[in-house]
Amino acid sequence: MEEPRPADAPPVAHLDMKARLLLLIVLLLIAAAVAYVLFARGAFDRTQTLVLVADNSEGVVVGMDLTFAGFPIGRVNRIELSDEGNARIVVDVPAKDAHWLRESSVFTMERGLVGATRIRAYSGILTDPPLPDGAVRKVLVGDAAAEIPRLMASVRDLIANLTALTATDAPLSTSLGNVQKLTQAMQGPRGALGMLLGNEKEAQKIITTLDRTNALLARLDGLVLKADGLAAKADTQVFGANGVMVETRATVAQLNGLLADARNSLKKVDGVLQEAQAIASNTREASNDLGTLRGEVEASLRKVEHLVNEVNRKWPFKRETEVKLP
Amino acid sequence: MSLVPSSRSASHDWARAAQQWWGGWWQIVHFGAQILVLALSPSSYRRAQHGALTHNLYRATRPLLPSFTVLSALVATVIIRIVLATSLSYGLSRYALDVLVRTLVLELIPLSAALFVAVRYSLAAGDEVRTMRAQGGFETLLASGVDPMRDSALPRVLAGMFAVVTLAMVSSVLALVLTYLSVYGFATWGLQGFTRAVGQVFNPVIALIFALKTLFLSLAVSIIPMVTTPRERAVGIANADLTRLARLLVVILMVEVVSLVGNYY
Repeated sequence: MEEPRPADAPPVAHLDMKARLLLLIVLLLIAAAVAYVLFARGAFDRTQTLVLVADNSEGVVVGMDLTFAGFPIGRVNRIELSDEGNARIVVDVPAKDAHWLRESSVFTMERGLVGATRIRAYSGILTDPPLPDGAVRKVLVGDAAAEIPRLMASVRDLIANLTALTATDAPLSTSLGNVQKLTQAMQGPRGALGMLLGNEKEAQKIITTLDRTNALLARLDGLVLKADGLAAKADTQVFGANGVMVETRATVAQLNGLLADARNSLKKVDGVLQEAQAIASNTREASNDLGTLRGEVEASLRKVEHLVNEVNRKWPFKRETEVKLP
Repeated sequence: MSLVPSSRSASHDWARAAQQWWGGWWQIVHFGAQILVLALSPSSYRRAQHGALTHNLYRATRPLLPSFTVLSALVATVIIRIVLATSLSYGLSRYALDVLVRTLVLELIPLSAALFVAVRYSLAAGDEVRTMRAQGGFETLLASGVDPMRDSALPRVLAGMFAVVTLAMVSSVLALVLTYLSVYGFATWGLQGFTRAVGQVFNPVIALIFALKTLFLSLAVSIIPMVTTPRERAVGIANADLTRLARLLVVILMVEVVSLVGNYY
């Protein structure tokens, strides 16, 4: 068929080749886009499976990430209901990222107020054995939205309390009224004192007492001044140039001298006593010698007596036999 | 007595309008089915057809490609900046990539490519076919043993579809590159995260809906301008183009709404 060509369209050189080239480029572009999307979906990755068990799978969608330290290392592939009524979240983890998951890894699912639910993995001990393929782990759920009803209940209680506090007949309001009355009374002529005591007479008494106390304090002030003078004089008497302290010090020096003399006298007495002791010992020895001497004298006397007796017997003259010792 | 003929004529008018409305849509569906059958028939791609096919493909795509690419790049850059700045100010920058890929690649670019091809090529190509048919060209070709649907209409329809797909693909790739450059700058460290984000957006359902949407948009853009509906014949030549454009817009809108429902429900 001959195609009616528009009059203003100039013939295109190498049209067939250009058209084929365009077709080829577009087909290549489409193929590359499909391959890129498949690659981005992880179709070419070797993966291992991890099954996370949660109470419910609310907020979890197929394709969402499992992150480790903020980096996606896995992707939810399937969500199914287990026989126990739990949600089984099947996560595909590429083999190149699987080493981040260990036996001791902990998995959490966080539901924020804004944004999607997040599944996170925490591996505290990276030296633990790696997580095996098909491992089943319980996921810990942290739900910010679940806190809202409790928070709302607390806020409601708080608001009720505030309402009760700020009501017209509430104790707080009455107290504030009283405070206002007090303030007005304090600003009045009697002031705070009159407010505290209730009448002018009592307030006057307090003021008089205060005046007298002031006078008393003034007198006390004079007394203190006098006491100060006395103290100064006592200081002069005690610690002055001719004070008691100086004389006491001289006396103590004299006492020291006396004590030294006494010590010398005692030493001399000690010597005398030693000499007396020596004399006593000599005397004791002399007494012993006297005993011996006496024995000898007694023996001599007996011998003499015996001799006299012999003489008397032999001597015819009657004589007195008694021998008189010297 | 005078009310009866008036109401009868009103209901008659209403019935005629409904018949025109239904007839118009039926003609489009019928023509589209014929074209699809021809497109899937191997005889439509015999060697003698190659000339017409390649000529139309080139004529439909080549003049539109640079202008649309530049235009879509400019618009994409503006949208990327707006989305990035907004998400940054709200502290939601980690969702910016997702929003950009969904907004630009999935929604805006196929739609704008379809409208661009419709305005720049399909309406003119449809006008040629309709003129040929109105002037009895179809009968002449049939008499000479040539199928006008296969040799005249099909290459233009295929060219229009090809143009929509090509413009959408090129602009989508360019938008992705611009998005990457805007987020990560001229560095390669973000490629892995970017690829992962794109992969998360293009789950199987979204990818299928994206492909089907582009296909149906290209079909609508290529087929609807080729058909002269009874209503267009009734409203005259001047308003016929507007009516055709309105019909085209309605179909594009329907395809878009259905794709949105499929994507987000």
